Amino acid sequence: MHPLRKQRLQLVILIVVAAALVIGLVVYMLRENGNFFYTPAQIISGEAPQNTFLRAGGMVVDGSVLRSDDSLWVQFKITDGVESLTIEHTGILPDLFAEGEAAIASGKVDENLVLQATQILAKHDEKYTPPEVADAMNAAYKAKQEEKEEKEEKEEKEEKEEKEEQSGSYK
Amino acid sequence: MIAEYGHLALIIALCLSIVQAIVPMVGSFAGYRTWMRLGHSLAIGQLVFVAISFACLTAAFLQDDFSLQYVANNSNTLLPTQFKVSAVWGAHEGSLLLWALILAVWSAAVALFSSHLPLVLSSRVLSILGAISVGFGLFILLTSNPFARILPFSPTEGGDLNPLLQDFGLIVHPPMLYMGYVGFSVAFAFAVAALIGGQFDSAWARWARPWINSAWVFLTIGITLGSWWAYYELGWGGWWFWDPVENASLMPWLVGTALVHSISVTEKRGAFRSWTLLLAILAFSLSLLGTFLVRSGVLTSVHAFANDPERGVFILAFLGLVVGSSLLLFALRGPVVQRQKGDTEVVSYSGLSREMMLLLNNVLLVSAMAMILIGTLYPLIADVLDLGKISVGPPYFNFFFVPMTLGLMVAMGFAVFSRWKKTDANMLLQKGMVPFLISLSAALILPLFLAESISWATYSITAVITLGASFWVVTMSLEDLWQKLDRGSSKQSSRLKNLTKLPSSYWGMQVAHIGIAVCALGVGLSSVYDVQKDVRMVPGDRVEVAGYEFTFDSLDFVQGPNFGASRAQISAYKNDRLVAVLHPEKRKYEARNQVMTEAALDAGLTRDLYVSLGEPLKGDAWAIRLHVKPFVRCIWLGGLMIGLGGLLSVMDKRYRRRRKPSTQTAPQPAATEAAAQ
Repeated sequence: MHPLRKQRLQLVILIVVAAALVIGLVVYMLRENGNFFYTPAQIISGEAPQNTFLRAGGMVVDGSVLRSDDSLWVQFKITDGVESLTIEHTGILPDLFAEGEAAIASGKVDENLVLQATQILAKHDEKYTPPEVADAMNAAYKAKQEEKEEKEEKEEKEEKEEKEEQSGSYK
Repeated sequence: MIAEYGHLALIIALCLSIVQAIVPMVGSFAGYRTWMRLGHSLAIGQLVFVAISFACLTAAFLQDDFSLQYVANNSNTLLPTQFKVSAVWGAHEGSLLLWALILAVWSAAVALFSSHLPLVLSSRVLSILGAISVGFGLFILLTSNPFARILPFSPTEGGDLNPLLQDFGLIVHPPMLYMGYVGFSVAFAFAVAALIGGQFDSAWARWARPWINSAWVFLTIGITLGSWWAYYELGWGGWWFWDPVENASLMPWLVGTALVHSISVTEKRGAFRSWTLLLAILAFSLSLLGTFLVRSGVLTSVHAFANDPERGVFILAFLGLVVGSSLLLFALRGPVVQRQKGDTEVVSYSGLSREMMLLLNNVLLVSAMAMILIGTLYPLIADVLDLGKISVGPPYFNFFFVPMTLGLMVAMGFAVFSRWKKTDANMLLQKGMVPFLISLSAALILPLFLAESISWATYSITAVITLGASFWVVTMSLEDLWQKLDRGSSKQSSRLKNLTKLPSSYWGMQVAHIGIAVCALGVGLSSVYDVQKDVRMVPGDRVEVAGYEFTFDSLDFVQGPNFGASRAQISAYKNDRLVAVLHPEKRKYEARNQVMTEAALDAGLTRDLYVSLGEPLKGDAWAIRLHVKPFVRCIWLGGLMIGLGGLLSVMDKRYRRRRKPSTQTAPQPAATEAAAQ
């Protein structure tokens, strides 16, 4: 083989091997370090894994913020409109953290379904809601509406059935 | 009326850019010299009109014209004047206008400083820059007009600028960063013009190189300033978050760094031709991708303010058009460029040579960019494919970026000594001996003294590796410098003479490489020895952090121009001696009713004391964050040194030489080349 070609071939093989190795590593690292986002409802229903680093977001429930008197421990609840999730954190809350506003907490869910957060993020512009939270709230709202409709339908059905039964019994 | 003039000027600028995109290009094919020359005057005309438009928007801010939607959203009568000016680029519409202005500045600069270039080349470059201006002009006018009015019910008071942006950082960081981003459009235009013309040789590289280097300098300084700003303004003492928008600026920088190195091979040896062109296209594409990520609102980010999907679609389409058409052109014309007619010999180099070293540099830099690109886009792709909402955290980025940087630093030490074509491995090992021993001993010994106490528990491997790599780069660079001075005779006077003879591009390389070492030192040591305590304090309390005693002396209320603030006084003592008195603030901006932390810091080369107020607790108590950050300054000092290095190499004499009468393209005897012999 021409020495130049040989040199190029070696280079190509090297690149291919390195690329394969790197792609494998990337996929592995993305799996290891990708933090999934869950809504409070998903966590309460047990859909989210416990003791795994994850993120959860929603609106901070009015009047739910509890502070310790002698440390930086704080507890509050966030909601997606369906369920509310308790979050505990020791540290300083961000400037724009407030009741009734969106917040995202990252940390691990313990066995009592409380999120032990290592970091709390709040929005950084008063017009801005994190897209994840907005989506979760919308989804929850839709689910609620559907549930309501289903319930109403069910109730109507039941009422009908009851009436039928009643009318039946009269017969 | 001023706003309408501004709007009109912008429309005129767009019209000029359309002509600029078409006429010189057609002229270059038809051979009409007057058509080709038109590009130069059009570029300057365009600059004039974009500047008028920009001045009009600035005037609207200074006059508090709240009938303009953009001004009403981002200014306030109480906003201090310097921030009214910087608020012009504080949000989406205005920042795009700044983009357009800077693009016009670069185009006009090309028009003014290209008299030594062949007219065909310069007219094509200007035409491509014109086409990019058309894209941005349309984008601004169709989706993001900063001159849109709110009529008839315009507000009497503005919504104020986001408090985070009311800072010196906003005044300098975005213009610098944009100068870098947009500057790569010149590199891109040069590359595309080379592909169209099929002429791509050492002369081309020598013409394009100062433009590429200057864009890279601005980007380097822009990123450094951004990191510094985040550090003191966001209030929690971090300086890099692997946030998508930061990544968006780092990716073009990495590719730009690769380009700065690969074009040197193209200039000196005529190799890496297609690769250099591809990097130039890639650097600008990544700048556009960055704009898309920031402006479309697809990613959750510190920088993602309220956005509009329509804009995202426009930029994505523009990005697709630019990347798609340039890569197509590259595929069609690349082979033509690779084999020039005048080439008599195949450029060859052996396994160990300066070319190989620079290839290694490019492979590492581009791989690092690819890792970051994957990590940044993965959440988007996962979301589209319905794999769940994922965010990729810093561990992913650090896992790839840190080893790659270390690899780069090791190679950097050897690369300084390597020669074109072929380098003797023994020579490299021999030169590396003394620096290796110095670095090894520094790396092993210094961590003992950097920690609070001399013990194995606080002995940090990260510190050892950081110190080793940084000392390696610095000592190798210094050894190379010493040898260059020693050449000829060893007399003191001739050393001094040699010192002044070294070309500024050599100094540029040295300063930039040492800058990398300084920056790495800051990153490594500040992450190892950083001590942070979040504590609850009442006035009179005393807390010890890493050898410093912090006392919470008092708390006052102060009134600023457009905010009220709780202001604490915290004194820091070391060995009972007062070191610093710090005044962190918790501000409440009235117009937006937004609370903001203003950290206080005592800066020093070897350590920063960083204090910020968290939140008021019950009674007099406050949550307070106390940081001691050793060597954190080195990060930005290193960044500035890298920028300075780039600047020195732009100033090298050989780029100022006018076109020679003959068309010979023999490379100039460069410092590094001559020195290696």
